[in-house]
Amino acid sequence: MMENVSFATAGAHARAPEMPVKMFGRKVEVFYGQKQALHGVDLEIPERQVTALIGPSGCGKSTFLRCLNRMNDTVAIARVVGDIRLDGEDIYDKSIDVVELRARVGMVFQKPNPFPKSIFENVAYGPRIHGLFKNKAHLQEIVETSLKRAGLFEEVKDRLDEPGTGLSGGQQQRLCIARAIAVSPEVILMDEPCSALDPIATATVEELIDELKQNYTIVIVTHSMQQAARVSQRTAMFHLGRIVEVGPTEKMFSNPDDKRTQDYITGRFG
Amino acid sequence: MAEHTVTSYEEELRNLVRRISEMGGQAERMVAQSVQALINSDWGLAQSVVADDVLLDAAQRELDERAILVIGKRQPMSVDLREIVGAIRISNDLERIGDLAKNIAKRVIAVSEHSQPIQLVRGIEHMAELALDQLKDVLDAYADRDPARAESVRSNDEAIDAMYTSIFRELLTYMMEDPRNITPCTHLLFSAKNIERIGDHATNIAETIYYIRTGEQMPAERPKGDRTPSLTAPRPPALGGDGAASPAAGE
Repeated sequence: MMENVSFATAGAHARAPEMPVKMFGRKVEVFYGQKQALHGVDLEIPERQVTALIGPSGCGKSTFLRCLNRMNDTVAIARVVGDIRLDGEDIYDKSIDVVELRARVGMVFQKPNPFPKSIFENVAYGPRIHGLFKNKAHLQEIVETSLKRAGLFEEVKDRLDEPGTGLSGGQQQRLCIARAIAVSPEVILMDEPCSALDPIATATVEELIDELKQNYTIVIVTHSMQQAARVSQRTAMFHLGRIVEVGPTEKMFSNPDDKRTQDYITGRFG
Repeated sequence: MAEHTVTSYEEELRNLVRRISEMGGQAERMVAQSVQALINSDWGLAQSVVADDVLLDAAQRELDERAILVIGKRQPMSVDLREIVGAIRISNDLERIGDLAKNIAKRVIAVSEHSQPIQLVRGIEHMAELALDQLKDVLDAYADRDPARAESVRSNDEAIDAMYTSIFRELLTYMMEDPRNITPCTHLLFSAKNIERIGDHATNIAETIYYIRTGEQMPAERPKGDRTPSLTAPRPPALGGDGAASPAAGE
């Protein structure tokens, strides 16, 4: 069982409430063939908060994110070493059903990638393959609730049978978020979810992230320092496959301890 | 610290710092000249101080605009944001110092119309020297980003406050001795108060420098040396006892 770890945020930056740890990684190492991408990463992810992973390109933040729902399994040459746990359970254990894991730990990608199906079917897809609905009315309800939670329902309620690919970029991304939450995940991983969106669509998605954290644990990789500062409560700074600093977002962006964090967030390298 | 990847951003920040240094130099000069004008009854010099204040005001407005532009364009983080907010605050303090010097300069005619004991202006001259030292130190601390030096500026402010208290007592005595001293002494008292306020602004700048450098507020309240509020507290006639000993509400 997992020990009772909690985040006591001390000092002037104690704003975020104490939250239990939902996921954690210990001594996580990732190899792509001969090349080592992560060198012993330790990170705890508090429940129902937004944790931002920042750092220059190639620092390992996306690699770490992809370890959290075993997306790296799909990369033939990737090898993951270390301990990654969800509610205390080793997600790399042989007994773990990876499909079920990915339902519990959903993912939203950089580029909106709706299926070439109707809006309805995009959201219904997950519940269908996981058999999460009792009857047609129930499925209807799941789709509607998911679209509402993703802040998209009002915009698409009259055209649920139209193709998801016909929506605008911001709407497509919210559709992908609706698709991710349709299977009632506990954790949502977001890999630069706004990098392909315009400022208004970005603002909508950011507001959505803020609302989603009431029900879900969120881990977001972003290249926008302002976005990390706006949406997250905790920030981890990656550099060359290691975490150089992790702490309350407010402190990380106002007065970080590590010089590399300071230089990165102020635009001095990276 | 390493330079920004974007060189124009680096240049914009340097430009703000350079402007603060220029404004600091100008404020320093205005204070020195206004006191010089007061001591020598030099109306011409006083007028040039008044004219210089217009330039300092304009410099402060321009710095504000540039700083806001940098914030809008670059969305600065961490130490850069503190640097810019600090520049806005410091330029505001320097502009106020200019106003106080101008106020001293404006009193030159009123004071020089009356004869006043030479030791009175000597006291003010000495006080102004202390304030100018503080101003010079704090501007050096800004140039060097030296929080320790900034802290020492704050602790030295007590000496100016104490000096002000002593001048206050002295002027009060002269005014009580001969009512004809009241006009020049009142102007001198205001001048002394202005110099004391200049010291306070130097202290504000010191606190800002500390914040820019460390990201923390300077710890603990600075010592208070101005005891004049208690000197003027009215003594209620009927109550007797030590009614005059109202607690000193220092500034």
